[in-house]
Amino acid sequence: MTAVPLRIRDLAVGYRSRRGRCAVLKRINATARAGELICVLGPNGIGKSTLLRTLVRLQPPLAGAIELAGIDLMSMTQTELGRRVGVVLTNRIVVDTLSAQRVVELGRYAYSGWLGHLTGDDRRAVDAAIDAIGVRHLADRDVSRLSDGERQRVMIARALAQEPLVFVLDEPTAFLDVSGRVELWALLRRLTRERELAVIVSTHDLELALGTAHTVWLIMPDGEMVLGTPEELVAGGAISAAFSTPNIYFDRHARGFRVAADESATERTTAS
Amino acid sequence: MVAALAVGLAAMFVLSLILGSTSVPIGHVVAALSGVSDDTDPLGVVVHTIRLPRSLTAMLAGASLGIAGLQMQTLFRNPLADPFVLGISSGASLGVALVVLASGVGAPVGFGAALGLGGDAAITAAAIVGAAGVLGLVLSASARIGNPATILILGLMCGYAGSALVTVLVAASEPERLQQWAQWGFGSFSGVTWERLRLFAPLTVVGLLMAALTTKQLNALLLGETYARSMGMPVHPVRLITMGGASLLAAVVTAFCGPIAFLGVAVPHVCRGLLGTSDHRALVPAVVLMGGVAALSAQTLSLLPGTTGVLPLNAVTALLGAPIVVIVLLRTRRGTLSA
Repeated sequence: MTAVPLRIRDLAVGYRSRRGRCAVLKRINATARAGELICVLGPNGIGKSTLLRTLVRLQPPLAGAIELAGIDLMSMTQTELGRRVGVVLTNRIVVDTLSAQRVVELGRYAYSGWLGHLTGDDRRAVDAAIDAIGVRHLADRDVSRLSDGERQRVMIARALAQEPLVFVLDEPTAFLDVSGRVELWALLRRLTRERELAVIVSTHDLELALGTAHTVWLIMPDGEMVLGTPEELVAGGAISAAFSTPNIYFDRHARGFRVAADESATERTTAS
Repeated sequence: MVAALAVGLAAMFVLSLILGSTSVPIGHVVAALSGVSDDTDPLGVVVHTIRLPRSLTAMLAGASLGIAGLQMQTLFRNPLADPFVLGISSGASLGVALVVLASGVGAPVGFGAALGLGGDAAITAAAIVGAAGVLGLVLSASARIGNPATILILGLMCGYAGSALVTVLVAASEPERLQQWAQWGFGSFSGVTWERLRLFAPLTVVGLLMAALTTKQLNALLLGETYARSMGMPVHPVRLITMGGASLLAAVVTAFCGPIAFLGVAVPHVCRGLLGTSDHRALVPAVVLMGGVAALSAQTLSLLPGTTGVLPLNAVTALLGAPIVVIVLLRTRRGTLSA
């Protein structure tokens, strides 16, 4: 499959205020193919979330175009959008009492009747999503009583029930412990392959992301976005340039960060 | 569970017709309900002209306040939101006070008799404008602030400001009206006659239907506006319809029955507890029925059956509702309010 569900042209993202526009990122060109797992990496506050929010039309682009399966994103109805893009966000959801099954069923919003009645197709999609994520055993549990990792999986199943072409996740592992993170990355990798999804994930799990993603969209400290495979970006030194500080450096052979030599740290402490 | 609530509502309805300053034997109640009794039966007349419209009003008002509270708890994602807490009822009261005082007639409970349906319509319209004004203000602030606790405080402040303005207006009115205003402030289902029910009932039913037809949207909002939008819900129209419906319900009840506290916040929580779910497809019918039960109970209790004394309705709803709100607060997990 070489379908390109998402195409970004000369995109600028940022915020509009009374004083004018404040672009966070400019001149972004990228595509996402079916079956491609893409990681958006970059320093804190550089605009990863702003980019992802723009891709799913939670905020309008400042310039440029986003095409979803060949259609301009901004010209779509909300329903059309809900059938093409699934979204999972960082923030914990706070719901009183709702079973995991009902949460996943909410993903059928763009398909179900005007009173929310589910058809046979809807039920099949919900079942398939629940089985694909492996949350069948949680279906009758109250989501407010699930662990963060379990709840995040339910939210992913809900997005999958939308039967999207593009799946966007903003720091989905932020509240998870180490094993939860590794499992989630494995799950995303499997979904990308089995469902022929274009998955775009922003994350701070640099090492896991480099080991799992097909493609990395790396946002440099100067706001430029560099695209490439993890191997290319590590070997080319881009990863190191994006994240290294005087106190830490990126070891490209071990693919991990190291604390800079002790003596230099001591020097800095005494100097300040 | 919904069936049990329906049976409870029917039982409470009949009980509210039987009990009062004098209790009416059930035979007379049945006769009055079936239209068999004639004007020569004084008890039948009491049931037909006083208790029946009052109980119907209580049922509709309770359902309306419960639904308005449910809509606002979902929209603001705040367990303590209701028309009273967020100042919507005060906005409606202000509208009522302005119209009543400008027209120079008595307090609104006796107002329908004084001006007829045209006057009721004017009062109701003013109440809706006042309610929608406050709700719009709170909601536009909530889009910027986002912190539910701050929005709650803002709503409370709007409520205080509205009530203060009402007090100023009332104080400026003639002394003999003060008693009537105080009576109105207590809340009462007794002021709605058959005549006035012809306006009150359709307006509340429209508001209730607006909620019943948007359960899908309200359910999506349980995950927050961002998720609702990402799943395909156009947020702005839904917000407008929900706000409009809640304002209509709260305003109509305030215009006809006075500002009634606690039913709006307490009834949805009782229903969530009973049903064990926040799913609006189950919750909306349950809240309608439970709201009716709660309002009829409060109404019947306020009459102190068997005596000639009457308690202010608001005192009864507060005494029933306040403990429920406290229980909700204590059971609410950390972080829900300060998220």
